[in-house]
Amino acid sequence: MVATTETINQVKTTTDKYKYGFSTEIEVDKAPKGLNEDIIRFISKKKDEPKWMLDWRLEAFKKWKRMEKPNWAKVSFPDIDFQDIYYYAAPKSKKKLNSLDEVDPELLKTYEKLGIPLNEQKMLAGVAVDAVFDSVSVATTFREKLSEVGVIFCPISEAIKNHPDLVKKYIGSVVPVTDNYYTALNSAVFTDGSFVYIPKGVKCPMELSTYFRINEKNTGQFERTLIVVEDEGYVSYLEGCTAPQRDENQLHAAVVELVAMNKSQIKYSTVQNWYPGDEQGKGGIYNFVTKRGKCLGENSKISWTQVETGSSITWKYPSCILMGDNSIGEFYSVAITNNAQQADTGTKMIHIGKNTKSTIISKGISAGKSQNTYRGQVQIQKSAKNARNFTQCDSLLIGDTCSAHTVPYINQHVSNAKVEHEATTSKISEDQLFYCMQRGLDAEQATSIIVNGFCKEVMKELPMEFAVEAQKLIGISLEGSVG
Amino acid sequence: MPILEIKNAELSIDNKKILKRLSLNVNEGETHAIMGPNGSGKSTLSYMLAGRDGYELDNGSITFDNIDLTQLSPDERSNLGLFLAFQYPVELPGVSSTNFLREIFNSRKKHLGEIELSHLDFIKHLRKVAENLSIKDEMLKRYVNFGFSGGEKKRFEILQMALLNPKISVLDETDSGLDVDALKIVSEGVNNLKNKNNAVVVITHYQRLLDYIKPDIVHIMSDGKIIKSGDADLALYVEKNGYSEILNEKN
Ligand SMILES: Nc1ncnc2c1ncn2[C@@H]1O[C@H](COP(=O)(O)OP(=O)(O)O)[C@@H](O)[C@H]1O
Ligand SMILES: [Mg+2]
Repeated sequence: MVATTETINQVKTTTDKYKYGFSTEIEVDKAPKGLNEDIIRFISKKKDEPKWMLDWRLEAFKKWKRMEKPNWAKVSFPDIDFQDIYYYAAPKSKKKLNSLDEVDPELLKTYEKLGIPLNEQKMLAGVAVDAVFDSVSVATTFREKLSEVGVIFCPISEAIKNHPDLVKKYIGSVVPVTDNYYTALNSAVFTDGSFVYIPKGVKCPMELSTYFRINEKNTGQFERTLIVVEDEGYVSYLEGCTAPQRDENQLHAAVVELVAMNKSQIKYSTVQNWYPGDEQGKGGIYNFVTKRGKCLGENSKISWTQVETGSSITWKYPSCILMGDNSIGEFYSVAITNNAQQADTGTKMIHIGKNTKSTIISKGISAGKSQNTYRGQVQIQKSAKNARNFTQCDSLLIGDTCSAHTVPYINQHVSNAKVEHEATTSKISEDQLFYCMQRGLDAEQATSIIVNGFCKEVMKELPMEFAVEAQKLIGISLEGSVG
Repeated sequence: MPILEIKNAELSIDNKKILKRLSLNVNEGETHAIMGPNGSGKSTLSYMLAGRDGYELDNGSITFDNIDLTQLSPDERSNLGLFLAFQYPVELPGVSSTNFLREIFNSRKKHLGEIELSHLDFIKHLRKVAENLSIKDEMLKRYVNFGFSGGEKKRFEILQMALLNPKISVLDETDSGLDVDALKIVSEGVNNLKNKNNAVVVITHYQRLLDYIKPDIVHIMSDGKIIKSGDADLALYVEKNGYSEILNEKN
C-alpha cells in the first residue's frame, strides 16, 4: 500500500511538526530525583512488591554500579547524568480503578489525542490495550475476555503479585540482568510494562497492544515486558510509543523478554515514534532498548517487526536465541532517520538447535543529517547442524548529508550451515520522483510513496491496523526532507 | 484557443545545446505529430515541458493556457493538465499499481475540488477504464512498471492518461514496442479521450501510429529545432523518402 491522501492531509495540517508533542497536566506522584538503594526500595514499596523482587532489584543495582556504559554503537551524545532523572512517576489516583469511567478524564483525553483505542467503539475493533502512562498501567481492557481462555494480560507489577511463580521463573531468563549496562539499570528500577501468558494450545483470540508514553518531565521510563507462550500457543503483540515534545532529552531503557515453547509462535510488532528532537537535534528520546526472544521449544517461532521513526537516538537489537530444533527467528525492520537523528539498530540471531532458520530483512532510510546504522549478528553454534540464515539489508538515502552503514557480524562454526547476506545502498532516484510528480504528486507525496514501496517487504508483516499508522508515520517523519 | 505556446526555446545539457530556438503552438482540439531522427531532441523537449530537473530553459518561453510554465514544478504542471507518457516508464518497486493509480487519481480530484472516490468506487472505475485498454486485473496487482513488458508499460501510461484526463498529452514514442493489436488498442484509447477542448502531441518514428491517430499537423524535428511542418501527408512523405531529403532541402 502506498501512503494515502489522508497521510498527506495529516502532514499538511500538522503545523506543530511532532503531532504527539503535547503534555498532560495531571497530578503526579513521584520519587525524588536520583538513584540509590532508597529509591529502589521506594519503587518496590509503591508497587507493593514481595521481598524476592526487591532483592532482585537491589542485586541488579549493585551489579550496575560496577558496569560501564557501552560505547561501541555508532551514536554520539553527551554523558547521561543518572542522578538527574526521576525514576518513579505515577498519575495520582486514590483507589484502584475498576473501569475506564474511573480513569482521569485528562488522561483519557491524552489517549484520545494519541488515537489509542480505549473506548467502546474501538474495543469492537478487537484490540486489547494495556496502556502504560509513565509508570503505572491505568486501564486494562479486555482482560476478562482473555482470562476466559486462560490468557493472562496484565501490568507486570500485577503479575509479580498475582503470578509470582511465572514471573520468578522467567524474568531475567532471556535477558540476564548483566547483559548490558542498560539491562542492569532496568532490572534495578523498572516501573511497569506488560506481562502476557498464553497457556498450552491457546491461540490468543485478539491482538494484544500496549501503548507506552513518557509524559512527565525528566522521567526515565524503564518498562519491562515478559511474554511466555506455552506449547502450541500463539500471540501477536503490538507495541506503540509516543512521547511529548521537550527540549531536554529523556531516557528510555526497556527490556522485553519473550519465551516460546514447542510449536508456539510469538509475533511482536513495534511502531516507535518517540519524539525525535528538533531539526537541530535538540531534545528527543534516548531509546536504549534490549529485546530478546528465546525459542526454547522445538518448532517454535519468534518474529520481530519494527518500524522505528522516532527518538533522537535509537540503540536497539531485537534478537532471537534459537535453541529448540527447527525453530525460526525473524526480524523485519524499517528504521527511518531524519534531521539529526541517530539510529544504530539491527538484530542478533543465535542458532543453537538443529535446522534452525532465521530471516533478517532490514530497510534503513536516512534523510537530513541523520546517521543510520544496521548492526546484525548471525551466530551459528556447533550444535546448529543445517542452520540457515538469510539477511537482506537495504539502505535508502535521501539527500547528500545523511549516511547509512551496514555492520554484519557472522560467526559460523558449522560447515553445513548456510548464511546468505545481501546488502544494497541506493539514493532515492530522481527518475522515480520525477515520474510520480509528473502524475501530480508533490515531492513529499512522491517520496512517501517511493519509501513505502522500498519498505514493502517489512510493512506487509505488520498487523493491518498498525500498517496504516506506520505508513502515515513514514510520511510524517520524512517531512521537509525533499524539495 | 492556444493551449501550449513554446517560443524560441533554448536548452542545454552539460553545456551542449540540445534545443535551439524551438517554437511550437498547439491549439485546443488539435493533434500534432513530431517526427525526427534519434537524438534530435524530442524526449528532451518532452522533459522540458514537464519540468524535469536539469531541463530548464536558457532562453525563450513556454506558456500553458497563458500561464508561464517555466516557474512551475512538475506536479504543478501536471495539475494544470499536462501529461507526459514516458518513452521509458519508470519502475516503482514495492508500489502496487492499483494503489498508485488511486493515489494519483484522488490527488487530481482533490486538486480540482472534486470528491475523491472511495476505495471500492475507485476500483470499479479503474476496472472499466483498464478494460478498454485490455489491461487485466492481474497486471494492476503488480508493482508499478515493475517487470512489465514493453507493451504493458506503454498501456499503463495510457491508463494513467485516461484516469487523469489531461488537457494536453505528450506521448513519447508510445508506439515503440507495441505489436499491431496493442497499437490499435492504445490508439483507440487515445482517440476516445480526444475532444475539442484538449490536445495530443505524439512523438513517433513511424507512420503506422499515424494511421490510427490522425494528426492535424506534422512537424519534423532535427538537431534541436522544428525544420518543417505540414499536414498528415508530410508523415507519408517521410515514411517513403526518409528524413534525408528534408534535411538536405533545409541546408
Ligand atoms: N541527460 C543527458 N545528458 C547528456 N546528454 C543528453 C541527456 N539527455 C539527452 N542528451 C542528448 O541530447 C540529445 C537529444 O536527445 P533526446 O532528446 O533523447 O533525443 P530523441 O528523443 O529525439 O531521440 C542527444 O544528443 C542526447 O545524447
Ligand atoms: Mg526519445
